[in-house]
Amino acid sequence: MNRLVKSKNNSGKEDGEITSVVNRRLFLRSAGLATSLGTIVISAACNDDDPDPMIPGTGDAVDLGSGDIGVLNYAYALEQLEAAFYTQVIATPYAGITDAERAILTDIRDHEVIHRDFFKAALGDKAIKGLTPNFATIDFTKRDAVLGAAKLFEDTGVAAYNGAGKLLKDGGYLLLAGKIVSVEARHASVIRDLINPKSADFAGDDILDANGMDKAVAPADILAAVKGYVTDSITGANVGK
Amino acid sequence: MDIFKIIDDFQRIDGDALGRMEFATRRHFMNRIGSKVAQVAVPTFFASVVNKAFAQSAAAIDVLNYALTLEYLEDEFYKAGNAAANLIPASDKVIFTQIGKHETQHVAFLVKALGAKAIAKPTFDFKYGGAFADVFTNYKTFVTVSSALEDTGVRAYKGQAGALLADPQILEYALQVHSVEARHAAMTRRLAATVTANPAMKGWITGKEGAVPAIYAGEENMMQGGKDLKGLASKSDAAVTEAFDEPLTKEAVLAIAGPFIKA
Repeated sequence: MNRLVKSKNNSGKEDGEITSVVNRRLFLRSAGLATSLGTIVISAACNDDDPDPMIPGTGDAVDLGSGDIGVLNYAYALEQLEAAFYTQVIATPYAGITDAERAILTDIRDHEVIHRDFFKAALGDKAIKGLTPNFATIDFTKRDAVLGAAKLFEDTGVAAYNGAGKLLKDGGYLLLAGKIVSVEARHASVIRDLINPKSADFAGDDILDANGMDKAVAPADILAAVKGYVTDSITGANVGK
Repeated sequence: MDIFKIIDDFQRIDGDALGRMEFATRRHFMNRIGSKVAQVAVPTFFASVVNKAFAQSAAAIDVLNYALTLEYLEDEFYKAGNAAANLIPASDKVIFTQIGKHETQHVAFLVKALGAKAIAKPTFDFKYGGAFADVFTNYKTFVTVSSALEDTGVRAYKGQAGALLADPQILEYALQVHSVEARHAAMTRRLAATVTANPAMKGWITGKEGAVPAIYAGEENMMQGGKDLKGLASKSDAAVTEAFDEPLTKEAVLAIAGPFIKA
């Protein structure tokens, strides 16, 4: 997952040196080719990265749909996972949870539940079904496991919204996504500070690039990264198209 | 994603592709992969060439210069704060060093992206006409102003997203900075809550709770996508307002930032 997300980091500065020695004109042609075939190339590459892909087939096939509706369903899918995760965290708190931690995690649960229900209502009859999460790999009794998973979900949510923004055609939807992504980033910051208090991790060098930017990751990569946490097989090939 | 896999796919699609990359041979990539830099640099190399066109509409240039103004302000603010003796306690130094680093990076990125069109750095007055007279001698004031700047930054970037719809790559960059400002905002709000002994101030914005009330107008909004979310999922109004951050127009942000800018 880390490697996957890291490799989508697309605004580094160290490129100048290589770029200068590449024949720009010819390369642009290749790059254009890569872009047009990006989905195929990336998904093929991702398969290699995931020797343990969640065997699809245990759950339902869910197609997020196309265009802006596809993007909203994509957000709805991610919010469903986050809401289910934090609902479980609060229902079965980890050993030694402090009052302050419980308050923070309860707030986050409420935000995610609100996001989920908001998308469901906004999508109406175009909404995908309720997904069936699979958190079997998360040990909810352990603080490290819970906060580690929370960090992963929040960072992934931020990268997902950042990558989905440009797929939206409607300015109103874009603004809504913007209103939500900064809240996800606030969550990520707070969770990271719970894990490693008073460190640089709240906006750590492990997640930001050399331009001080968060990640922006395409739906195909995000869906590949989270598919272990959901039993349904989610297809997002036409999201934003 | 595996860069070598992509190169392989490239070749399969267009057997001549690698040859045409001249110096960027597979061997070259292989040699570089040993270092951490290479892991980042290789994919960004692809992305940046794809994006080299970097088409900038007049609207996008306006937005980028507006962003640059705010980043100049933040960058200089943290440079002064981090340099001030006896201001930031040792326990919090690493936090403000990290934030300051990002603001410097944002300035550098925007200046590079704008090239000759980048505006010059204004002259700032962080005492805000006297309202924050002790901003670099009193940690409480410093954290207050910091949290206000970060939250304003989040609102400012959010307010410009729609103006970048026609410039998808610039929109994406703006979003990538926007969420970092939000990470900063959550951290500095929590520090401000401690320093000002205000437990109502959390990493997220409840209603319009913040250290400098004037800049939070509208954060208490309950209407989203044309729907009143009151009572949604049986959650409190507080939770509903926390779950959505609200934008500010450029005019509103410049009215807030104006007193910081001398010339």
